[in-house]
Amino acid sequence: MGIRTLVAMLVASLAVIAVLATQAAYRLFLPGLLQGAVLTIEIAVLGSLLAIVMGVLAALARMYGPAPLRWLATVYVEIFRGTSALVQLFWLFFVLPQFGVTLDAFLVAVLALGLNVGAYGSECVRGAIQSVARGQWEAGTALNMSRAQMLRRIILPQAFIAMIPPWGNLFIELLKSTALVSLITLSDLAFKAQQMNQNTFKTVPIFTLVLLMYLAMSLVISIGMRLLERRASLGLARGRAA
Amino acid sequence: MTEQPMVRFDNVSKRYGSLTVLDGLNLEIARGEKVSIIGPSGSGKTTVLRMLMTLETINDGVIWVEGEPLTHMRQNGKLVPANLAHIRRIRAKIGMVFQSFNLFPHMTAMANCIEAPITVLGMKRADAEARAAELLDMVGLSQKKDHYPSQLSGGQQQRVAIARALAMRPKIMLFDEVTSALDPELVGEVLQVIRQIGREHDLTMLMVTHQMGFAKEFSDRVCFFYQGKICEQGPPGELFGAPKNERTRQFLHAVLEAG
Repeated sequence: MGIRTLVAMLVASLAVIAVLATQAAYRLFLPGLLQGAVLTIEIAVLGSLLAIVMGVLAALARMYGPAPLRWLATVYVEIFRGTSALVQLFWLFFVLPQFGVTLDAFLVAVLALGLNVGAYGSECVRGAIQSVARGQWEAGTALNMSRAQMLRRIILPQAFIAMIPPWGNLFIELLKSTALVSLITLSDLAFKAQQMNQNTFKTVPIFTLVLLMYLAMSLVISIGMRLLERRASLGLARGRAA
Repeated sequence: MTEQPMVRFDNVSKRYGSLTVLDGLNLEIARGEKVSIIGPSGSGKTTVLRMLMTLETINDGVIWVEGEPLTHMRQNGKLVPANLAHIRRIRAKIGMVFQSFNLFPHMTAMANCIEAPITVLGMKRADAEARAAELLDMVGLSQKKDHYPSQLSGGQQQRVAIARALAMRPKIMLFDEVTSALDPELVGEVLQVIRQIGREHDLTMLMVTHQMGFAKEFSDRVCFFYQGKICEQGPPGELFGAPKNERTRQFLHAVLEAG
């Protein structure tokens, strides 16, 4: 699917929201839902940043780290990939205080989702690094580069392109998982929707707007990743165009 | 006192599991000498280059470069397996060109040639670029310096790869079947460049090749490998003109027959 289709879908979903907002039955819920959407976006963006950092670090530690770091990274990946994000949220928010560590709900949301998605992300990073041709390492060796120099200058820039599509999936997963944070007292988009629904029973307008808002947000991610992919592969693709 | 050989393989063996690829190899290469390695596939000839470039570890023996051990280092008067720092110090004298070019696809021809001089040798960008421009000019590609590998023909890519290797100022250059992946009409331009650097640079050159004509014309010595050993070696005139060994005769006959 081309970027144009995605942009058209984004414009259409925003247009539908705008048209619906002309009706009082819909307009009524818009301010509250937008407020929730802002929190959803904040958690998604910060969680994604944490996921990138953790994904890259865990992958490098597992592939090239000394033994203790390798074990640590493996334990991290298996725990956060092997248990559900909901349980992780609950554990950090409700169980950790029993051991005397109380974290802010917003911080817990970013931590749990970021660490969860980062664990999946580390496998994408690992796969992408391994997908770079062995001859690239050999060329680096023949030029007497150190392993760190090869990784930084030769391997990671090429692996980066292969990482973009799977990371796009992960970011969208993370966006959708933010709905879970409504269960630890945060007023995100999903929480606002449920709250308004319980108070008014206007299920149709509320959840129609919420659906469109999530769709618009995930389309923004898809478009962003497509642009990034196009830009990153510019040098590699140029020859084919020429 | 005779001069130290540039490279010396001292009873070097390489095994993969139960398969012996190289069996007690002894080979000395003098400074400035051009040596071609020929032989059937699986005879271990590429492994010789890969071990010297430290792309493969060795199971037995020692490889020496200019009188210093490459695969080992001295500790309390004994030779122990080398650490990475030692390997990198000695390896700096060696450059290699590969069958499949292995250019960095995300970098232009120029960027390929200045990458290691800057990151490894710590050269200033301007100096590295001046040097790379000279080398790209020498291989006839000054017009293509801003092109990416995917925009270049195989022959052009291989010439960039040669310039990239020379940019590190090696004393020893290894060529591993560098024309085998090329379309026939592009072989000549790459061989021409190798001929030229053989003349103009004070390099010791070791090449694995299937180009018998080139090996004959270019090398000071040709080694015929068979089943992990040097079966016969000598000046190209002798080895090609009057091979002594039956295996060599068979191989040359088969190769020349094929054309």
